[in-house]
Amino acid sequence: MSQEFRLEKIGLINRDKKISFKFNGKKYFGYEGDTIASALIANGIHLVGRSFKYHRPRGFFGAGVDEPYAIVQLYRNGETDPNCRATEQELFDGLETKSVNCWPSVNFDIGAINNFLNKFFPAGFYYKTFMWPKSFWYRIYEPFIRKAAGFGVASTKHDKERYEHKYEYCDLLVTGSGPSGLASAYAAAKNGARVILAEDKPRFGGSLLTSDVNVGNQSGKEWADKIISELKEMPNVTLKNRSQVFGYYDHNMLVMSERISDHLPKSKKYSPKQRLWYIRAKEVLISSGSIERPIVFGNNDTPGVVLASAAREYLKVYGVLVGKKPLIFTNNDSAYETAIEFKKNGIWPIVLDTRMNPDSEIINEAKSMGIDIRFSHVVIAAKGYKKVKSAEIAKISEDKKDLGKIENISCDCICVSGFWTPTIHLASQSGNKTKFNEKIDAFVPDKPKQNEKTLGAANGIFTLEETLKTSFESGEEVSKKITKKENKISVPQVSEKKHAQHDKFWCVPLPKGKTYKRFLDFQNDVAVTDVELALREGYRSIEHVKRYTTLGMATDQGKTSNLNGLQLVSSIENKIVPSVGHTTFRPPYTPVTIGAIVGREIGKHSKPTRKSPMHHWHEKNNAVFVDAGVWLRPRYYKQGNEGLFEASKREAKNVRENVGVCDVTTLGKIDVKGPDAAEFLNRVYTNAWLKLPVGKARYGVMLREDGIVMDDGTTTRISENHYHMTTTTAQAANVLSHLEYYLQIVWPELNVNVVSTTEQWAGAAIAGPKSRNLLQKLFPDTDVSNEGLPFMGYLESKLFGVHARIFRISFSGELAYEVNVESNNGNFMWGKIIEIGKEFAIQPYGTEALSTLRIEMGHVAGSELDGRTIPYDNGLQGLVSKKKDFIGKRSLNRDAFTKEDRQKVVGVVPVDKKTSIPEGSHLVKDANASLPNPKLGHISASCWSVEYNNPFSLAILKDGKNMIGQKLFAMSPLKNKSILVEIVSSHYVDPKGERVRS
Amino acid sequence: MLYIKCPYCGMRSQNEFAYGGDATVKRPELNKEVSDKEWDTFVYLRKSPRGKHLELWHHVSGCRQWFKAQRDTVTHEIFKTAEIKEDI
Repeated sequence: MSQEFRLEKIGLINRDKKISFKFNGKKYFGYEGDTIASALIANGIHLVGRSFKYHRPRGFFGAGVDEPYAIVQLYRNGETDPNCRATEQELFDGLETKSVNCWPSVNFDIGAINNFLNKFFPAGFYYKTFMWPKSFWYRIYEPFIRKAAGFGVASTKHDKERYEHKYEYCDLLVTGSGPSGLASAYAAAKNGARVILAEDKPRFGGSLLTSDVNVGNQSGKEWADKIISELKEMPNVTLKNRSQVFGYYDHNMLVMSERISDHLPKSKKYSPKQRLWYIRAKEVLISSGSIERPIVFGNNDTPGVVLASAAREYLKVYGVLVGKKPLIFTNNDSAYETAIEFKKNGIWPIVLDTRMNPDSEIINEAKSMGIDIRFSHVVIAAKGYKKVKSAEIAKISEDKKDLGKIENISCDCICVSGFWTPTIHLASQSGNKTKFNEKIDAFVPDKPKQNEKTLGAANGIFTLEETLKTSFESGEEVSKKITKKENKISVPQVSEKKHAQHDKFWCVPLPKGKTYKRFLDFQNDVAVTDVELALREGYRSIEHVKRYTTLGMATDQGKTSNLNGLQLVSSIENKIVPSVGHTTFRPPYTPVTIGAIVGREIGKHSKPTRKSPMHHWHEKNNAVFVDAGVWLRPRYYKQGNEGLFEASKREAKNVRENVGVCDVTTLGKIDVKGPDAAEFLNRVYTNAWLKLPVGKARYGVMLREDGIVMDDGTTTRISENHYHMTTTTAQAANVLSHLEYYLQIVWPELNVNVVSTTEQWAGAAIAGPKSRNLLQKLFPDTDVSNEGLPFMGYLESKLFGVHARIFRISFSGELAYEVNVESNNGNFMWGKIIEIGKEFAIQPYGTEALSTLRIEMGHVAGSELDGRTIPYDNGLQGLVSKKKDFIGKRSLNRDAFTKEDRQKVVGVVPVDKKTSIPEGSHLVKDANASLPNPKLGHISASCWSVEYNNPFSLAILKDGKNMIGQKLFAMSPLKNKSILVEIVSSHYVDPKGERVRS
Repeated sequence: MLYIKCPYCGMRSQNEFAYGGDATVKRPELNKEVSDKEWDTFVYLRKSPRGKHLELWHHVSGCRQWFKAQRDTVTHEIFKTAEIKEDI
């Protein structure tokens, strides 16, 4: 199988390794080192897709990241990637790819009718058309637009590939391995600096791979290879190819995506697909080079119109001809290199140069080779629909306004060069304001904002000699600052051809009577007429013009179109380009796989999972777990066919009748120690703490300074200057930070230390009327009678030889204890409780039963202490000291907080005693009132009361105090429920609190 | 991501820290009569300056110390960090 457009002896591909792949279902082959683009072109394929709006045929335009056309759907190892750039994706065996944005096929695309209707699709078409009638938006317009919009199709399956993150620090990050990158990295590395050199392509060397230059008596490529092999040997250098530095953030943090496995049929074992590097660099040298920009002419989007530099890259790197009858259209000297390269490989190009009479070394060389060069000539339009077949060309007047007689010449590709645009994205992202360089008609970086410097072509320096000289110097300079070493490197002798001044010509005028579309932005089908229309309609800011016309948007972010767009706006507005300004360069420079951004933080890895020491026991005993903050807690223990409802009812009932045990390890625990600990607690909590004796616990509520309840829990005085504070599971971390804030900033004079002990203690709550009997058996030598260990009492003992803390505190409202042992002994404790508890019919209970028990008792928890309520709302007024000051006290005097009809926690029972009330339901007076129905309160927590065997809920209700006995409706539009309910006391069970003291 | 010098631990990435707001706010003394306006100012009112700002940071995933930092709210430049007891 021969490849018609592949040359024999040129290129950097591995001709010993043939690779077969499929494009649109058809089999082709290429070589190792090819991209999809180079392999398709070698096979004579130029039609790869359809454009965004008009569905015009699309081929290849560039050979790298700037590619606006060749966006394909990629299939690899059972996965699919949308919007993959064919110019960057390397071939691998078995690769499959398809065209996007066309139906039924790229050759015959129904959507192409848009092209013939293009008069009806001007800029702003969607904004103007889909406004009316309003009701059409959801049903008709949006689904239609969604179907029509976009290129590739994202997979809906879970991505099996692995992506990783890496944090790295270095002295110097060099972005790009062209001449400036190599020289500066080399100089810095020689000075001993820790250098990372990142290259986005598979091969290092940048423009040295394709330009005809000599460095130190070697070809550019040989010199690059030599430097790279030296850098590879240096331990202080990290070389990364296939790695795009796409974002420059604050404090010299740059992010780079490394494509580790994208070029392989499948990722190797233990190897991720991509790795995202977060690099903190002391210094950054931006050597990102430049991108050739097109000249705008009629039908300039026809497949076969390519950048002259891309044609040269296909030739020199891949040994591929973009055409055999090339027409080269240029306003500068660099395209002559392409012409000469064609000629050297036996192809006769025709060069059209917009300049009148340029004179330079390279032009003379081209002339001497016999190349047909026509000065003051332009391409008016490309001819051909799916591929360039010929071009209309003409002579152009000196003022570039008048065209001569149109001539049609045959060609199969048009290589266009409108000079070079420095790649200033990273510098601009860093905060560099950029300035316009008249000489090169483009923006270059201005004063650095961070520790960065832009080198070479990215800084508008287009001669190799100056690039190397300044880059060696810069590398030496920045590394010297860091390593204090100096290692003078002599700049190698450079021979390159001098270039003449380019022509500031960027857009070919339309001849009279012709209506060719002249495209600025190829990916979004933005033509000259669209920008003209936007300006006629009053858009002035370049940012607005961009958004209205979509110029410079989408996956290529206008890498080839932005500057020409600016030229057009400035010429219509009669302004100079710098006063129009450019749109903001935002990261990422090139599209980044979402998977790489997410990294390993997916599924259960998206947050840490904390497990109690007794977790394994819970698992073995059929616990169904629930996420409680970062903890996994048993929600219920499933028996037989039970569901959540039956199981939690059984477990709660057993606590009320016998005894239950609940894993409370997850409660936040903080040790508060120091001579001023009591005083500190007195300031932190709303109630009084100075007189709490050793061996006693107390319930406390802490507020924020705005008077809102922050957290609640019990704190126990373990010894004279030692307190054990507990917090809710969810607030543990916040409470610790809060305490540290006051100790370190507000009251540094207090001699107190706080430290989290959450993970040091395993906790079990033993609750129920038989809990004391069980406790006595667990601690036979300790007096745990009501006198020996009264309510809110504390003592320490040994649980079969293991040190244990026993608190008589209750969340369930039953007679209850909490036993804490060191975490290592948690399993031992739990086992003993279950074993000895058998004779008292003990059952473990989960968070669902725990909730039921506390709701019935009217104990407030997270759903009532929801960051919007004050102590009075929660019936905690008894805990608010009148005498002493504390955090947030002053706020409680606010008018709104002391109003007579202030909201309050109440109990709610459905009148039919059957219908459960969904949490979040609104309480309203009249179920049939017109919307919006005035809301009086909301249901904060619901349960099935095991005591009364009917549903019971807590609610936060306006004027709750005076609403007891009233009937309201609980409405849940989400569940389509409207339930007649009665407001009752929140203390539904044991309102006097006798059980806990029994 | 900012690069912040904890006065106790040295240079660390921002993801080790929590932001703590304006460092110039002084809490009224305990047990002191405070007017509504004064209290309201302390609890709710914060300046949002463009430029230099003295603020608190908490090294939550490190030494757990609160400290002061002087940062430019526009450029994110951090001029200085200091222990709470030090003046900036």
